[in-house]
Amino acid sequence: MNLRGVGVSPGIGHGPSYVLTVSVPEPPEGATYTGEAEREKERAMAALTQVAGELEARGNQAGGEAEEILKAQALMAEDPGLVVKVRSLIDRGLAAPRAVFEAFTKYRDVLTGSGGYLGERAADLGDIRDRVIALLNGQAMPGLPVAPEEPYVLVARDLAPADTALLSRDDVVAFVTEEGGPTSHTAIMARSMGVPAVVACPGATRIPAGVPVMVDGTSGEVRLEPAASDVAHAVGAATARQAALASWTGPGGTADGHPVPLLANVGGPAELDAAVAAGAEGIGLYRTEFLFLDRPEPPSAEEQVHAYRAALEAFPGGRVVVRTLDGGADKPLAFLPAATEPNPALGERGLRRFARYPEVMDVQLGAVAAAGGASVMAPMVATAEEAAWFARECRDKGLTDVGVMIEIPSAALRAADLLAVVDFVSIGTNDLSQYSFAADRQLGAVSAMHDPWQPALLDLIAATAVAAARAGKPCGVCGEAAADPALACVLVGMGVSTLSMAPSALAAVRAGLAAHTMEQCEAAAEAARAPSSAADARAAARAHLPGLDRLGL
Amino acid sequence: MGERKVTVAAEVGLHARPAATFVQRAKLAPMDITVAKTHGGGPVNGKSILAIMALDVRQGESVVISAEGEGADEVLDELAKIASTP
Repeated sequence: MNLRGVGVSPGIGHGPSYVLTVSVPEPPEGATYTGEAEREKERAMAALTQVAGELEARGNQAGGEAEEILKAQALMAEDPGLVVKVRSLIDRGLAAPRAVFEAFTKYRDVLTGSGGYLGERAADLGDIRDRVIALLNGQAMPGLPVAPEEPYVLVARDLAPADTALLSRDDVVAFVTEEGGPTSHTAIMARSMGVPAVVACPGATRIPAGVPVMVDGTSGEVRLEPAASDVAHAVGAATARQAALASWTGPGGTADGHPVPLLANVGGPAELDAAVAAGAEGIGLYRTEFLFLDRPEPPSAEEQVHAYRAALEAFPGGRVVVRTLDGGADKPLAFLPAATEPNPALGERGLRRFARYPEVMDVQLGAVAAAGGASVMAPMVATAEEAAWFARECRDKGLTDVGVMIEIPSAALRAADLLAVVDFVSIGTNDLSQYSFAADRQLGAVSAMHDPWQPALLDLIAATAVAAARAGKPCGVCGEAAADPALACVLVGMGVSTLSMAPSALAAVRAGLAAHTMEQCEAAAEAARAPSSAADARAAARAHLPGLDRLGL
Repeated sequence: MGERKVTVAAEVGLHARPAATFVQRAKLAPMDITVAKTHGGGPVNGKSILAIMALDVRQGESVVISAEGEGADEVLDELAKIASTP
């Protein structure tokens, strides 16, 4: 059986599974107590204080990043707002365990509802709650093996810092969690420990205890009971790949010196360091909506200028492409509201939504111009009229490098018309795929359609690249497609001039490109276009890219 | 009523370590401490890490910290320093 999640800490880890079960049952609804309210409140307060003390003590023992996290958790356990809530629930007749459960759940729901960083802190609250309830009920605390016989793969629904703080690199070879995201504690801890990790892996908690598991923290693949030869092969390939990739540095380009700037996709100032560290030459996609996702009001000009300037300062002389707010569909922005839409992905999103709020657009375009030196592009552009309108608005603000994203088939088919009014285009392959195949990006059932090697998608990319070359203007790709080392070579062979991706993908793409000449990339591009299926397109292209196997890519 | 308006400088905003340091200091003060965003949000209890986190103050945003009573100025100075530390 194989499972797949999101790889958040690279490398191969294998060993028997240890499934962490946190089974503190929910105290029954409406449970009451006998005796005095004051006694019950004291009992609850004592448990909260004890758990806070234990978290603090563990923090002191763990040190470093874990210490900070655990001390913040200790503060949560004794939070005055929470304490007031617990006391008032006990006054209303609820037993201490139930009162603790309801009070924590209320706060946890608030955090979960906020999404992002706050949502990921929700696991912390659930963990503290379970510890307090276990203590009140005299149950055993959830925990880990004390002295394991051999290093294990830790499997859990989600891991809280209290679980991971005292883990040793010698005992744990990989993490797999059913929930969590790239910024969850599991991911942060795993990366700081240098342990491979896969998060958001459906079915993870159904992995039987003790079965051998192999975890690929790069691809996100989790294999149960792998053959010994597969394990040896994967470990060998991962070691060779790390060594090979680390040896390639410097600006992106083909083996024969054709430059291909390799840029990073970022969602905020916090991601700039990772992009610089990974050797990005600039920012190819600044997703500005992520700066403002859970804001009730539009961000101020001052704050935006600050954010854009930070990106320019991180890459002196490099390209920084700011994408205007892409609200709507999967990324609702409270300050750009819209009527309920039956098909939000086909509704007023991206530039369409932006255009409805000229005051928000004014502030953002003004901020990009004030930051000085950044390029700007609009998402969800369907027609040349839209592109011309956006370009006019930008030029009125003094912006000199204006582009549009190619994410809708109509824009790809008539790329020449759009290029006549803008300075560059950037292909968003994820949405281009969604709109080409009429397949929702968020729906697992149609995910096979989203293979970036789909022949129709390659055709639309090629048509756009050809139009850009004819117009003598740059054509970038900023989507999953650019992060695949083989496809990156194919894109360059089609005439794509820059590639932008998650910082973690840069090393492999840089090495893959440097191992091939422009001629090989062009041959791979031509070969990829001939077959009628994604799998055949991939195989045909790889046959022209022998350097990838040598690099273990 | 003493007040300090500060711009949060930490990359993570008033979350994680900055939030914890802020609340740890606020809890030592005898008087009530409140925190509000200058552009909407709050005031919330400055001694509640959950309330501070839920306020969701990002890097570059300004907050107003308020306290009243003996020693309030000193407390406010220290809290303002924590909030404006990068």
